[in-house]
Amino acid sequence: MQGSTVDSTKTALNYHAEMTVDHHEEHPDHRIFGVIVFLLAESMIFLGLFSAYLTFRAVYPEWPPAGTPERELLLPGINTIILISSSFVIHQADTAIKKNDVKGLQTWFVATAIMGIVFLAGQLYEYHHLEFGLKTNLYASTFYVLTGFHGLHVFFGLVLILAVLWRSFKPKHYSNEEHFGVEAAELYWHFVDVVWIILFILLYLL
Amino acid sequence: MTQTEVQPTVSAHAHHAPPERKWWHYFTFNTDHKVIAIQYLVTSFIFYLIGGVMASAMRTELATPNSDFVSPETYNNLLTLHGTIMIFLWIIPAGAGLANFLIPLMIGARDMAFPKMNALAFWMIPPAGIMLALSLLVDAPQAGWTSYPPLSLMTGKVGEGIWIFSLLISGTSSILGALNFLVTLLKMRVPSMGLNSMPLFCWSMLATSALVLIGTPVLAGALILLAFDLLAGTAFFNPSGGGDPIVYQHMFWFYSHPAVYIMVLPLFGAISEILPVHARKPIFGYRAIAYSSLAIAFLGLIVWAHHMFTSGTPAWLRMFFMITTMVIAVPTGIKVFSWLGTLWGGKIALNSAMLFAVGFIAVFVIGGISGVMVAAVPFDIHVHDTYFIVAHLHYVLFGGSVFGIYAALYHWFPKMTGRMMNEPLGITHFILTFIGMNLTFMPMHVLGLQGMNRRVALYDPQFTTLNQVCTVGAYLLAISTVPFLFNAIWSWSKGRKAGDNPWKALTFEWLTTSPPAIENFEVLPVLTWGPYDYGVEHLSEGEEPPLTSPELQPNTSVAS
Repeated sequence: MQGSTVDSTKTALNYHAEMTVDHHEEHPDHRIFGVIVFLLAESMIFLGLFSAYLTFRAVYPEWPPAGTPERELLLPGINTIILISSSFVIHQADTAIKKNDVKGLQTWFVATAIMGIVFLAGQLYEYHHLEFGLKTNLYASTFYVLTGFHGLHVFFGLVLILAVLWRSFKPKHYSNEEHFGVEAAELYWHFVDVVWIILFILLYLL
Repeated sequence: MTQTEVQPTVSAHAHHAPPERKWWHYFTFNTDHKVIAIQYLVTSFIFYLIGGVMASAMRTELATPNSDFVSPETYNNLLTLHGTIMIFLWIIPAGAGLANFLIPLMIGARDMAFPKMNALAFWMIPPAGIMLALSLLVDAPQAGWTSYPPLSLMTGKVGEGIWIFSLLISGTSSILGALNFLVTLLKMRVPSMGLNSMPLFCWSMLATSALVLIGTPVLAGALILLAFDLLAGTAFFNPSGGGDPIVYQHMFWFYSHPAVYIMVLPLFGAISEILPVHARKPIFGYRAIAYSSLAIAFLGLIVWAHHMFTSGTPAWLRMFFMITTMVIAVPTGIKVFSWLGTLWGGKIALNSAMLFAVGFIAVFVIGGISGVMVAAVPFDIHVHDTYFIVAHLHYVLFGGSVFGIYAALYHWFPKMTGRMMNEPLGITHFILTFIGMNLTFMPMHVLGLQGMNRRVALYDPQFTTLNQVCTVGAYLLAISTVPFLFNAIWSWSKGRKAGDNPWKALTFEWLTTSPPAIENFEVLPVLTWGPYDYGVEHLSEGEEPPLTSPELQPNTSVAS
């Protein structure tokens, strides 16, 4: 065809007998793998932002820049404890659904959602009472953008959790065999949690 | 490249008739990877034409040293949009289109791992692109495709804002696409296909997807910070507020250098498919080509600061990036060497696909050589921001990516549409493109060495003659798309029927019908020989392969 020399020994004919596998094969579930790859990509955004923060910090002679008001550690500390504990709470939900216990799943998800809401409320409270604004200096800007971007992720995680909770009330929606939504929400929540731990160290402790 | 057992049983299932493909499916949120592939390819080609019109307008302006065709501000707009459109809305989505079409077919899957997300990724491209192209009517961005602050913070909020959001959308699209490619490639191959028996296009997409997933989010991070600087008045990158513009450059190039490989690796893969088919020879150095894709991806992540040799980068850091940049020529050279080894002694059919593939190698090597030149710090400082860089990047992105896309389109058009393309028109297209391309970009090397600055509408009259040569070349390139467009549209409806396997190729996509049915394969194929075993004798069971020389054959004594 079009000048290509035909290799007469092997034509498509040989293949015919070899196309065998059953047409109605099961499509295996790759969704959890997909979520993990997605979270790895997502973590690159945070890695980029953390690197930017660390570069700003390294370039500045004094960090936080002179004149930055003192930060209160008590409230963010409590917030951190709440968020970290919520990771253990949401894991209980996963354990419950693996035993086919939908009631347990719902209980633990409600608990996680409450902890997430408390975290977000605590962060908003902190924003209101901080003595610096978005444009005060470079530290303030990075502080608000990084915590805000993370807060947005907590919010998305909360939406995921509430969506799973909503679906769990449909009869037989989640079972010990089929509970992708639960696992995905849990993975996402752990991710948000790990990001916060790094953020907390970078912004408050260092 | 292993051979697996043949299972000569034929499926006993009676097949339900698959639903028919309708023309209007191509305009809907369809989840079939082949529909999405055509959507990607056609959409990105439209943006290629838009970007090309912009390039022609710029070359018209540059035909004379003065500003006589468009105002310098409009020139800046055109320059920014041309670069951004060609990269983010033509080459990257065109690569995604090829990958969408080929990956499931090549690995014997019925679709991508996440079809809905796949469709979602495509449907982000049109709004991002239309928004960007239409910004010309309002207040287009004019800080170049790199959008360095503080310049980008001072040239108009509307245009720059549109640029940022358009890139965030197309970046998200590219992440979702790559996520799909990666999971599909790793998890959905037919059981008989190990990683080392994947077609090379799949290897190159594995590397590309990894780069997209690692690099693009960092660009998104930079764009978010830039958006805050632009719209909320923070000063991350604005030195007048205490920020550091160099941080933007680092974040931008951490993505945008790998983006060069995101744009060219899929085509490296396509070339590795096309050459053995039309040279009727096994690919030379399968594993070398496969693993060099991974090496390029890895090295591509640690060379970014070579774009910043004149940005006050400390000397020791420049040395590091100079060395890594030169090292990346090695895996690329391995590929070129393997391609030449494949061609060597083959029964080469010089049809349109092959012409573009061979043209790709020739022109890409020139871009590669000038790439090694600008990797050297002293030379780069001399030619930084001159037309030498413009020449280099167009040899790589036009001579590389665009030639590669054309080669791939000519090669897989019969599979995509079920019809052959017209050969004389294809050859005309190649000749015009090849001459036009070299006429446009070769003189730019000289212009750059003589010190003509890039990105400026006006220039010193001493550069006029060479610029006029470039402009003639650009017009030739514009004309060269006419035979292609005519060919593609005419062949799609009236071309000769292609049959399942017009090239007698061995990879899986040629086993199914052309165009492939909705679920690709009636029964899934089983791998029985390597994807490039052209002209390889397959020995029957129990037969020993012949040894190299007769006197070494067992049971034959030379003395007797």
